[in-house]
Amino acid sequence: MDILVCVKHVPETAEADIKIDSTGKTIEKAGLVFDINEWDDYAVEEAVRIKEKLGGTVTVITVGSEDANSTLRKCLARGADKAIRLSDPKFEGSDSYAIAKILHKAIKDLPFDLIFTGAQAGDDGYAMVGPILAQLLGIPHATMVKKIELKNGVARVNRELEGGLEEIVEVKLPAVLTIQTGINEPRYVSIMGIRKAMKKEIKVLGMTELGLSENEVGEAGSWIKIEKLYVPPVEKQAEFLDGTPEEIAAKIAEILKARGLV
Amino acid sequence: MHFELNEEQKEIKRAIREFCEKEFTPELGLEFDEKEEFPMELYRKAAKLGFTSMRIPEQYEGQGYGLLEECIVVEEMCRAEPGIGAAISLGNLMVPDILLKHGTEEQKEKYIPPLAKGDATSAAAFTEPEHGSDITRMDTTAVKQGNEWIINGSKEFITNAPIADYFIILCQTDQEIQPSHRGQSLFLAEKGMAGLEATKLHGKMGIKPCITGSLALSDLRVPENNLVGELNKGFYYTLELFNGTRITVAAQAVGMAQGAFERAFNYAKNRKQFGRPIIDFQAISFKLAEMATKIEAARLLTYRAAWLYDQGKADPAATSMAKAYASRVAMEVTDEAIQIHGGYGYLADYHVERYHRCAKITEIYEGTTEMQKLTIMNFLKKRI
Repeated sequence: MDILVCVKHVPETAEADIKIDSTGKTIEKAGLVFDINEWDDYAVEEAVRIKEKLGGTVTVITVGSEDANSTLRKCLARGADKAIRLSDPKFEGSDSYAIAKILHKAIKDLPFDLIFTGAQAGDDGYAMVGPILAQLLGIPHATMVKKIELKNGVARVNRELEGGLEEIVEVKLPAVLTIQTGINEPRYVSIMGIRKAMKKEIKVLGMTELGLSENEVGEAGSWIKIEKLYVPPVEKQAEFLDGTPEEIAAKIAEILKARGLV
Repeated sequence: MHFELNEEQKEIKRAIREFCEKEFTPELGLEFDEKEEFPMELYRKAAKLGFTSMRIPEQYEGQGYGLLEECIVVEEMCRAEPGIGAAISLGNLMVPDILLKHGTEEQKEKYIPPLAKGDATSAAAFTEPEHGSDITRMDTTAVKQGNEWIINGSKEFITNAPIADYFIILCQTDQEIQPSHRGQSLFLAEKGMAGLEATKLHGKMGIKPCITGSLALSDLRVPENNLVGELNKGFYYTLELFNGTRITVAAQAVGMAQGAFERAFNYAKNRKQFGRPIIDFQAISFKLAEMATKIEAARLLTYRAAWLYDQGKADPAATSMAKAYASRVAMEVTDEAIQIHGGYGYLADYHVERYHRCAKITEIYEGTTEMQKLTIMNFLKKRI
């Protein structure tokens, strides 16, 4: 089973103070700590577990500058066999569609049975690269995957739906699966893993090597144009209702009626 | 001059930080502090990931890195949790260190791999009730009888003594020779041998998960080939050992200072008094600025001493400067961290007083600060 895992090097934003930069179109990245996208962490772990069970290889691929090497090294340290970094200054500003095109060029001639991506990225949260990539490759996909069973060239997967529901679908291989957090428990990076990872080469491919042109990548090759980023204004505080339970119930009913909600 | 960790060292730092942030939780720290118990399960877990065998070569199941990489790991462990960090980061380093330098191939193969893998623990016993800083004479004696050595005496303040599987014991093997330190030797012993009894010491101020004890040795018989290195070289091997391990104590101190600093920094950002976060008051912000500066200075002294060691240029003055300075900084920073927390800092549940209690040991063990200063002066006098 040869598995490709697409990973992204993202800023850790859960506890950091986020500021919008002077262009108004992106955030200030200085001072932020970068690491592997949380969802991708689970995707890599799942791929390595499948490899350990069934044999084969795990290759991790990212689009990013040299800084992203640390994310690739982490994947190698956790058991991935090969790492590829797609890098070109022209890739800057690519949206999910452009990223999927770049990945597609790198992946289309590689042998694979499965491609994993994280269900979404912690920075922009678009959750689109996986499905677009599947479309470009002309293979099936399933998103928000929480469980995978492989049998006779078919992946039987549990997809997470709203409200705690799951659905089970069967997807013919080769396929793209976008992995949801919680599918497994990612292992710690061991020192032995780091030693191995440091001995491995990270293959780097640029725009021309991938056979892409300037107008296919970056802002020119994107469908999404960011006009402006802003922090949502703080709205009026919640309204507290006073009175006995009966009075409060009556007030709630009034409010709902007045807004045409009942 | 190069003041940055290389890519591999950064990966090591990140890996140990992630592990410690998830596993060395403050709640667990508090629990083990109260229980005065060695976190064996956590030690084994850390060992399986390679974090406790950084300097042991790969052929003995270790990681094959240097002292600098070991310091990075030790620092992160103590940053996350000073008590558990101290317990897991130090106690097992000495026995493999001595054996690697002076053990026979047979001794190395028997004792080092189980320690590297976390399947065993060890203790190095130098200190005696009457001999702390001054180990130039040992009251514990080893006398040869046939093909055995018979050891008698007692050892005090021995890290890991009550839980160790393997021991290295410093003994007087020549009682006539002057100066007496020329008549000392190191011997290997194992748990369960008749005549070796360990007692756990209770009531330490800090690093309570790090188990300390005394050893009573009465007619302990060890085979002839349990002598480590050459006869009557034990004193020299011990000083040589401290040249390296003292740097890891400095790394513990840096880690404890860093952990307390971060707690104080976050607290100061969130704690509001007089309508604003206390970090906006100069009285607090200047404290934090000074703490950060001192930690940085201590870290650079420590890394430099470790780097010198790894380059084969071990410098006892650099080692002692790192240990004396880093441990003082740890005391000052952890003290100020409590001060910034105010009344809350005095409570165990806020986890900062533990850093202060633990930091104190770094000024004492593996050579008190006073002994470090003597070493510094001895070497400066020779140089200048």
